[in-house]
Amino acid sequence: MTTASADATSYSGMYGAVDGWWNQIEAYLPLFLPAAWIVIQVTVLSILLSWICGLVCALAKTSPYRVFQAPAEFYLWFVRGTPLLTQIFLVYFGLPQFGVRLDPFTAGVIALGVNGGAYVAEIIRGGLMSIPKGQRESSMALGMSYWQSMRRIVLPQVVRVIIPPITNDAATTLKNTSLLSTITIMELMLQTQIIVNSTFQPFEFYILVSLIYLAMTTVLMLAMRWAEKKHAIAY
Amino acid sequence: MADGDHRSTSDQPILQLKGLRKSFGDLEVLKGVSLDVHEGEVIAIVGVSGSGKSTLLRCVNLLEVPTGGEMIFDGKSVPLRQASGGLFTSGRGLSALRAEIGMVFQQFNLWPHKTVLENVIESPITVKGVPRKEATAQAEDLLDSIGLLEKRNEHPARLSGGQQQRVAIVRALAMRPKLMLFDEATSALDPELVGEVLSLMARLAREGMTMMVVTHEIQFARQVSNRTVFIDQGLIEEEGPSQEILSNPKSERTRRFLDRVLHTEIIE
Repeated sequence: MTTASADATSYSGMYGAVDGWWNQIEAYLPLFLPAAWIVIQVTVLSILLSWICGLVCALAKTSPYRVFQAPAEFYLWFVRGTPLLTQIFLVYFGLPQFGVRLDPFTAGVIALGVNGGAYVAEIIRGGLMSIPKGQRESSMALGMSYWQSMRRIVLPQVVRVIIPPITNDAATTLKNTSLLSTITIMELMLQTQIIVNSTFQPFEFYILVSLIYLAMTTVLMLAMRWAEKKHAIAY
Repeated sequence: MADGDHRSTSDQPILQLKGLRKSFGDLEVLKGVSLDVHEGEVIAIVGVSGSGKSTLLRCVNLLEVPTGGEMIFDGKSVPLRQASGGLFTSGRGLSALRAEIGMVFQQFNLWPHKTVLENVIESPITVKGVPRKEATAQAEDLLDSIGLLEKRNEHPARLSGGQQQRVAIVRALAMRPKLMLFDEATSALDPELVGEVLSLMARLAREGMTMMVVTHEIQFARQVSNRTVFIDQGLIEEEGPSQEILSNPKSERTRRFLDRVLHTEIIE
């Protein structure tokens, strides 16, 4: 009997806590929507930029010419050897000294995109190396140029193998947008910090923002599984 | 050089190699190979592995860039320096040369992400700008001629090795090449699948295709090729009509090679 009633009280107590938590965050929920939208925008643009940087860098690094290899190696060395936060500050606070004044959004996209590009480059390079040499040779032997062979024969095969690692990288980029709170982009982290400063409820709101991030990364992972399945058909 | 007298004949050779050399670093694989190939000729190139016969073939369409010598294809000198960047260099001349020389590889090298039909129509469309409809009609004729028309929408992985290699041959033929190179085209096949590929090659030979065939199939060389070239240590050791060379080799090395190859065939 006593245990049963204890259970009942603890249940109502927990319910009350959840209920109270929800009542409090409900009022702030509208603030999270635009912040999440900013995260999505920055993420999508950064990922696109990182794919461009990554592809160019991977092709340069696998080329037989030193002129192309050297800058690619420098890029990889610099980006992967310095903190992302430093790179963000370099773009946002550093470039204005040379007259390049970027708004926080643009600076953030550039920093994340260029940073991600170094990791994407290594993924694409791995993909390129996984394609048997004969694939390129047979296309060249039929008269295709380097670019025709890349575009029509090699890269379509690379896309298939790099879908999982490239999605992980996209998730990393999404999570890295939180660092852009430091350059006044009103994304999820900065918004949460501001709310926490006025409500003094860090646990509730950081849990909430975690759930929002989780929802977004989960959608990405599901998209990857769908893309992987789509490309797995036929061969 | 023994092939000097060919030049006196009225028809120009389709391919002339003059003192062709190729080194990989310090290793000289081809030490000056001279060879004339006339239109309609089928030349078997035999030799032990590592003798340079595959390298010779790969030099002809510049998958390997020769380090010395001269090449004349279809009356035009091939500018070797232009291709010195190797596999990655392109340029119109290189592309045009390769478009006229078909190559069949040991590992087939069909493109797995494309269907059989797409494999065959790809280069006529992208390289020669043939309209898709025309390329498709031609490809279907070619596939029909090897009995694989019903496989046109399959991906290569669904085909047997012999079928894949025959599609690879047809893929090269779709470019209407003036010369076909076969680099050990049957070496990767299960024994029971070798026949179908060899008979397709024999058919091409009968139809008048000019072919250079690197092979271990001595029987095939004897029956199908006009001329056999025995390559040893980067040089042509012996060359002549296939019946003669393969039955009565003059060179001791050729004889020993043939003994070994035929001996292996008996054990198999």
